[in-house]
Amino acid sequence: MMSRSAQVAIIDHSLGNLYSVRQACKHVGLTAAITADPTEVNGAEALILPGVGAFGDAMRTLRDRDLVSVIRSFAATGKPTIGVCLGLQLFMEGSEEFGEHEGLGLIPGNVHRFFSRAESRQISERLPRVPQVGWNTIHRSKTIGCRNDPWRFTPLENLPDGTFMYFVHSYYVLPRSETDILGTTTYEGFTYCSVAGRGNILGVQFHPERSGEKGLSVYGHIAEKLRGGSTNV
Amino acid sequence: MTVRIIPRLDIKGPNLVKGIHLEGLRVLGKPEAFARHYYENGADELLCIDVVASLYGRNSLLDLVERTASEIFIPLCVGGGLRSLDDIRQVLRAGADKVTLNTAALNNPLFIQDAAETFGSSTIVIAIEAIRQPSGHYECFTDSGREATGVDVFEWAAKAEALGAGELLVTSVDREGTGRGFDVHLIKVIAEAASIPVIAHGGAGTIDHVVEAVMKGEADAVALASLFHYEALNSITFDEADFGTEGNLEFRKRGVGFSKIDATPLPRVKEAMSDAGIYVRPVE
Repeated sequence: MMSRSAQVAIIDHSLGNLYSVRQACKHVGLTAAITADPTEVNGAEALILPGVGAFGDAMRTLRDRDLVSVIRSFAATGKPTIGVCLGLQLFMEGSEEFGEHEGLGLIPGNVHRFFSRAESRQISERLPRVPQVGWNTIHRSKTIGCRNDPWRFTPLENLPDGTFMYFVHSYYVLPRSETDILGTTTYEGFTYCSVAGRGNILGVQFHPERSGEKGLSVYGHIAEKLRGGSTNV
Repeated sequence: MTVRIIPRLDIKGPNLVKGIHLEGLRVLGKPEAFARHYYENGADELLCIDVVASLYGRNSLLDLVERTASEIFIPLCVGGGLRSLDDIRQVLRAGADKVTLNTAALNNPLFIQDAAETFGSSTIVIAIEAIRQPSGHYECFTDSGREATGVDVFEWAAKAEALGAGELLVTSVDREGTGRGFDVHLIKVIAEAASIPVIAHGGAGTIDHVVEAVMKGEADAVALASLFHYEALNSITFDEADFGTEGNLEFRKRGVGFSKIDATPLPRVKEAMSDAGIYVRPVE
């Protein structure tokens, strides 16, 4: 029986390496628990939805474990709600992967697959590799809006444009609202959204827990903010 | 897309080892020290292969994976004797991001599909050990190049991809540890036909070989062992206590390297690749 929740609840949908997210949290001094328990999730100061794998499988597991409403209401409290890789994709309204699947709907927009084989022949002679596996750079998006720096007040705010992060994914998100597109990355000539969010909700397509010291600093920033008592992400 | 440099660590029990052509295994030291050295010097990922791969050897490997994953925050791929979904699950729970499969996949190709569906394609790397035959064909081998399978490498590469493999790790067993260079033809044929990443392995003796694997072989990533380990040995401070009592320790005590291979620091490899116009992640 837990007397208090861990600071960070890492949602357990059994997909992907949840353990490295927890390791990263521990490394920066955050207590973190991999959990599917609603009480534990609600008691946390921040929520991380990680994952590598299939959108449909993940949503099915979240539904089976009654976590869909838990995540939605956590996001509504204003506490930091962070999606990593598949987690970001699950934040969207839906995905075209293997048919139509409904997501958590925290960020309007959908999930699409990189390069159909028909497209790829036109882009270059060599087939673009799918999934994208490896290091690529992230850049602040230049969107319409009154913000000067879309990463200000997010865990990415101290990172320079062009920071290398580790990506492994076959799908990308396309937020419907331009102001939700916070950062982009270019792969095989195609520029897509790699950082998305609004308010306390932030999703990153890359794996900060696998992106060396710069990636770790993203977790470090979260830790600092929680220590400072701020509810901004 | 950056080309990834992936140091490969062959593990036997608690030790990092290196197989040398006609010589057996040399014990080089504690894997954790090498892993940390590479992490701090720009490694893009790490590849850990259990070369003993027996039922009672796994605990050592799992311990190593756990320790490495808790301190080293780059992707970790682990392989060696993984035969079931449970084996894979164990390794992933210990902290690995990906696994490589060879024997189990050749014995039962549908295992690739099962594993890909269960853990995600990108988690499953199919390792191909290729030996060139007199006919010019390449045959798949298992058990560090000791067991023939009769399976054609190029056909197997295509089949593995179709079954859901996320990446292909292609080793030229003929070239491995010799320092004579990669088998560029082997890599190129596979890379041109594949739409998943291809990691070249086996034979690097100089920086030029690495550049060649990418420029001519079209590799998406390069796994390196000999090229790095001897330089690492010179750079890392070891205690005598780091060594167990097993293995070929003589050469370590003599303080020599391996004459056909330039002991090369990882940052130097990336520098040379960059000079050649290859996009690599800079060393931080």
